[in-house]
Amino acid sequence: MSGIKVILKKCVGCGLCINVCPTQAISLKDKKAVIDLDKCTLCGACPSSCKFEAIVIERQKVVINEDISSYKGVWVFAEQRDSQISSVVFELLAKARVLASELNTYVGAILIGEKIKDQAKELIYRGADKVFVVDSPGLKHYISENYTKVIAGLAGKYKPEIILAGATTTGRSLVSRIAVTLYAGLTADCTGLDIDPKENILIQTRPAFGGNIMAQIISPNFRPQMATVRHKVMPEAEVDKSRKGQIIEEDFDENSLDKRIKFLDFIKEAVSTVNLAEADIIVSGGRGLGDAKNFSLIEELAEALGAAVGSSRACVDAGWIPYSHQVGQTGRTVCPKVYIACGISGQIQHLVGMQSSKIIIAINKDPEAPIFKVANYGIVGDIFKVIPLLIKSLKDMRSGVSVK
Amino acid sequence: MKIIVCIKQVPDTTDVKINPETNTLIREGVASIINPFDMYAIEEGVRLRDRFGGEVTVITMGPPQAQEALREAIALGADKAIHLSDRLFAGSDTWATSLILSKAIDKIKDFDLVICGKQASDGDTAQVGPGIAAHLNMPQATYVRRIDTIHLDSNPQVMVVERLLEEGYELLELELPALITVVKEINEPRMPSLRGKMNARKFQIPVWNNSDLNIESNQIGLEGSPTRVVKIFTPPAKQGGKIFDGDPAESVKQLVEEIKDIL
Repeated sequence: MSGIKVILKKCVGCGLCINVCPTQAISLKDKKAVIDLDKCTLCGACPSSCKFEAIVIERQKVVINEDISSYKGVWVFAEQRDSQISSVVFELLAKARVLASELNTYVGAILIGEKIKDQAKELIYRGADKVFVVDSPGLKHYISENYTKVIAGLAGKYKPEIILAGATTTGRSLVSRIAVTLYAGLTADCTGLDIDPKENILIQTRPAFGGNIMAQIISPNFRPQMATVRHKVMPEAEVDKSRKGQIIEEDFDENSLDKRIKFLDFIKEAVSTVNLAEADIIVSGGRGLGDAKNFSLIEELAEALGAAVGSSRACVDAGWIPYSHQVGQTGRTVCPKVYIACGISGQIQHLVGMQSSKIIIAINKDPEAPIFKVANYGIVGDIFKVIPLLIKSLKDMRSGVSVK
Repeated sequence: MKIIVCIKQVPDTTDVKINPETNTLIREGVASIINPFDMYAIEEGVRLRDRFGGEVTVITMGPPQAQEALREAIALGADKAIHLSDRLFAGSDTWATSLILSKAIDKIKDFDLVICGKQASDGDTAQVGPGIAAHLNMPQATYVRRIDTIHLDSNPQVMVVERLLEEGYELLELELPALITVVKEINEPRMPSLRGKMNARKFQIPVWNNSDLNIESNQIGLEGSPTRVVKIFTPPAKQGGKIFDGDPAESVKQLVEEIKDIL
């Protein structure tokens, strides 16, 4: 049986492992780490915290029934709505190209929908070598059950070694189902993907606990290796119209549609002009705004920047702005290029939702606010004075540029 | 209406401090709570039961201490709780965890709806809910922000839900039994009642181990989990943020100077 053990000879009793254990399972006894097996969940946090390699998780040798080396190809799920391919797909294609060249294999894209075939070329221009197209009226709208059936079927037929999808509401719901169906390993919300050159396996890096910890995850004995990838972390593939590729049309039997679930309607949210997941810049407002009507200040700044509007939990709870704008632990996790926090103190629940942003700018009147600890740039001052000045300055800058 | 709610015990984020020198989390002494999103799942289950009758059964997989989370769920209005606990379950990733939960749901057998929180605050994967639905071959709706209608007297029984997306929401009709995962917007969880607290104290929580669920041991725990954690590390702290604390006009000027190339 598998298990965890402390190698007493190596343990120096430093206690580093105690702090990383999420279940409080480790204590020191006679200057050695002791693991309470009633509390330990074998999560894997402590072995890598130990500088002396004194904690090991032992695994039974896994018997692999299948020849996993027969799996070839790096696949990307080409998420689309109304025949518009989501920009995260182009980010995935760029990454898939890198992985595929290291593995010496091809990049595949899976395109599912109705009257969608024309989009296949776009995927080839962006780096796909093969596009698997499943075009059928019943697949017009995303339904997890039906899309799972299609993709699991394709994966069974063509045996890709890697499948990537965007970590969107669609991607995350879909691939979870596919991974279970295929008995494949799946890692959520990755920010880094690399190939281990020795083993030729995918190393998946993801933030855990809101980015305060990074975890590297592998799935050595199962195929395909599956991951969802965060939007806006990786650069988009360039369009190259000279690229050639193969379009493979697959049949679909409409009778196999799952009749237990029906798409009825899609209602676009009217309030936001830019959605949080797609935005390069997000301007967020917090409790410091003091009143619902002051959110107009945030909107104005967002408009000047072409940014999306976010919010801390406090403003949502106070009813100043809809929940769909909430960033943080009980809202959305975002990682734009620039995140501007206005009047947000930076409670850890907020930080876990935004601290992977590339550049963080904080504006807050309290110099001690925790938000400044994660900020690349900060202004200590009254948001009602600072933001209007900032808007004006940005507008001047824009017009200055256009005059030139 | 018979409802099963799946919950997870997680470390309380509000309790976690960060060591400023090493930028690592200080987990020692941190309290455990019910995963925040699961609170909405429990509340939704209790509200549906209050409206349609029936019962709410809460299940969790975890070490012995996870029982506390189940007791709290009863205090919040759940009728029953079952604790899935076995050393063999330790080390399960989302694949194996969703298998274990689905086998328990299968064993409960008589149910109309399974509710999970959107994701857990410690793992943030959002994979276990759809995973359970896949293991049980049930229809699913994730990120549900509202249940619009439920028709229990129609054949088949159906419900219509609003599923929150990046740019709006969609309406889905699901045949029951089904699984939904819920977001915060769906309701406002109540506080535990006095009667609930008394029920929670008295309730004998059955513990199901793997001999109750009868899962092949090579499908659970470390063996059964396709993924494995190879390394956990702390990313370097953001160093030397530039903070401007002078006159607002001057600060804005300095900031714009710094960021003009990235905007």
